[in-house]
Amino acid sequence: MSTHAFKPDLPPPTLSVGALGWMRANLFSNWFNTALTFAALYLIWLIVPPVLSWALFDATWTGSTRDDCAAGSGACWVFIQSRFAQFMYGFYPPELRWRVDLTVVLAIVGAVPLFVRAMPKKLVYGAAYLLVYPWLAFWLLYGGLGLEIVETSQWGGLMLTLVIAVVGIAGAMPLGILLALGRRSEMPAIRVICVTFIEFWRGVPLITVLFMSSVMLPLFLPEQVTIDKLLRALIAVILFEAAYIAEVVRGGLQAIPKGQYEAARALGLGYWRMMGLVILPQALKMVIPGIVNTFIALFKDTSLVIIIGLFDLFNSIHQATVDPAWLGFAIEGYVFAALVYWIFCFGMSRYSMRLERRLHTGHKR
Amino acid sequence: MQNPASGPSVRGSMMTDPKVRAWAFQLIAIAAVLAAGWYLFHNTQSNLAQRGITSGFAFLNNSAGFGILQSLIDYTESDTYGRVFVVGLLNTLLVSVLGIAIATVIGFVIGVARLSPNWLISRLAAVYIEIFRNIPPLLQIFFWYFAVLRAMPPPRQSHELGETVFLNIRGLYLPSPGAGEGLWPFLIALAVALVASVVLVRWARARQEASGQRFPVSLGVIALLVVLPGIAAAVAGNPFVWTVPELTGFNFRGGWVVIPELVALTLALSIYTAAFIAEIVRSGIQSVSHGQTEAARSLGLRPGHTLRLVIIPQAMRVIIPPLTSQYLNLVKNSSLAAAIGYPDLVSVFAGTVLNQTGQAIETIAITMSVYLAISLSISLLMNWYNKRIALVER
Repeated sequence: MSTHAFKPDLPPPTLSVGALGWMRANLFSNWFNTALTFAALYLIWLIVPPVLSWALFDATWTGSTRDDCAAGSGACWVFIQSRFAQFMYGFYPPELRWRVDLTVVLAIVGAVPLFVRAMPKKLVYGAAYLLVYPWLAFWLLYGGLGLEIVETSQWGGLMLTLVIAVVGIAGAMPLGILLALGRRSEMPAIRVICVTFIEFWRGVPLITVLFMSSVMLPLFLPEQVTIDKLLRALIAVILFEAAYIAEVVRGGLQAIPKGQYEAARALGLGYWRMMGLVILPQALKMVIPGIVNTFIALFKDTSLVIIIGLFDLFNSIHQATVDPAWLGFAIEGYVFAALVYWIFCFGMSRYSMRLERRLHTGHKR
Repeated sequence: MQNPASGPSVRGSMMTDPKVRAWAFQLIAIAAVLAAGWYLFHNTQSNLAQRGITSGFAFLNNSAGFGILQSLIDYTESDTYGRVFVVGLLNTLLVSVLGIAIATVIGFVIGVARLSPNWLISRLAAVYIEIFRNIPPLLQIFFWYFAVLRAMPPPRQSHELGETVFLNIRGLYLPSPGAGEGLWPFLIALAVALVASVVLVRWARARQEASGQRFPVSLGVIALLVVLPGIAAAVAGNPFVWTVPELTGFNFRGGWVVIPELVALTLALSIYTAAFIAEIVRSGIQSVSHGQTEAARSLGLRPGHTLRLVIIPQAMRVIIPPLTSQYLNLVKNSSLAAAIGYPDLVSVFAGTVLNQTGQAIETIAITMSVYLAISLSISLLMNWYNKRIALVER
């Protein structure tokens, strides 16, 4: 008997696998797609090479005055270099800037354990961190108790932007949670108060709120009280953001099944224990991505403090572009500002997407 | 289990009765709000008296005495603060409407491109979205205004497009239409065409309900709208006379002038908002399950009909609510105009008028209530619409 030896399988047609196959499927599947591909390539060719040569190849990277940039036809990054410290710290005294650096380092080092998944007693640690760090940060940044005092009018740059964003969100969280609970309350008076508060702040632009805090807040308080410009902005930001946080948290509260409330009640828990031990831990975990998104929006909105004359990152850069010594480099300034904001916002939005995927294990089918 | 000895007197204690507690809490809350309100009011009164600021809305009738860069209605320096308010409000509405229209178009195009089977196109759309939604809108406005438009050449070296559209440091110059000899016949023909289109649509729908036969409605409507006014224009003469801007001396005369502030604001707001709209459109289309497309195709619907009759109606239900909130954001973001001096409501009213009169409370209150009114009326409209299109299930 003769044995049949199978011939080896024919390789798939070269046009349907590998790079060629991928290109055929994704770029040239029909005449319309092919036309689109060529149009897109043309667009890229139109935009990318000029931008790259402006920003990288023809740019001036070294020097100290604007004359060093006269030769190059591209961007003048010398401008950014010479003002970099001011963009980061504002008018914070140079010999004290280590305090700002230390505050940031402490924040990062302190927060690292919270992101380690295997860390035991995470909740206790987190609570302690939230209680201790703000005082430490305030002491380091502002001074007192042996440290030289740095008035808030000297704060500026990226540091001020971060202060406004972080204090804004940290202050808005508790207020927002209370408002969300109030909006879901069964007591009509509480509900009306909370709904009015939330809808009012959500209905007006932040810029009018900042205007209000700078011109109306002094009228609202007794005359002997004067409040710091930064504090006014912070109050405005906290009230404004609290309304947005409240709506995000409400979404989480509504997503908790009714059985959870009933089970907590059946165990004999009162309202605050039911909320604190059963409902809020689940609801807040669910809305973390929403809160991160609110934080991204707030981070972008901090640039509005230019209206009330605070020197945050954006205003520092804008002021530098109108400085007579560096006129004509506005594009470099704005591109640098855009890059810094973009890195922060994009990073956070990626993080929020990852969290969303990780947290949605139980609820998504 | 109830203990008969302690009886209802302990269980029914006033302190633990939920109803009594609810009343007490609410009374405390109302009292706290009233007390806070009275405290603020009292402080304000004494502060105003101290500084000698009059209150009330009488200042709206005083003469303003300052000029405004752009006004949609007649305005002179001797007009009242009340008229300044109207001018500012109209300018806010103008930039909002322009921004919404442009953002919607860009947003839908980018959103659909994001879903394109063409890898390159979908990547490009993703890059657009990720770049523009992660940069603060104020920064984008400043970029367009200070870095691009303020760096335009003077009128004599304007950038031009076919000798009709000019762009220079003073703004964008467009040709403006005026009434020509054939204007009235043209408008009448247009009105007739519109009415005829409505009749045609109704008739086609009634016929389809009755007999199942379809009529190419969109073709008919387009034909009506093009042919009738076209004939009128051909017979009666040109309906419009275009005034093209002309360089005389150091500046252009004639035509429409769009001030650079408006150009920068509209561009930045529409590019920024379009990135969000694109994401909304993408998620809306993706929310319609693929089974719907397959079912429609297996019923014999052509791709165009599948899209128009099956996909889009279902996607719109998901798209419209977040889309409206983006529109609201754009209206609110238009207040960033104050930073570059575009004369919108916040800039001229909460800015200049406040500084001149010192009546902070009144001006801020009026400005905020305008935005509140816009927001609340759009939310109400939205809730009504949502109820109307909500999925009717068995």
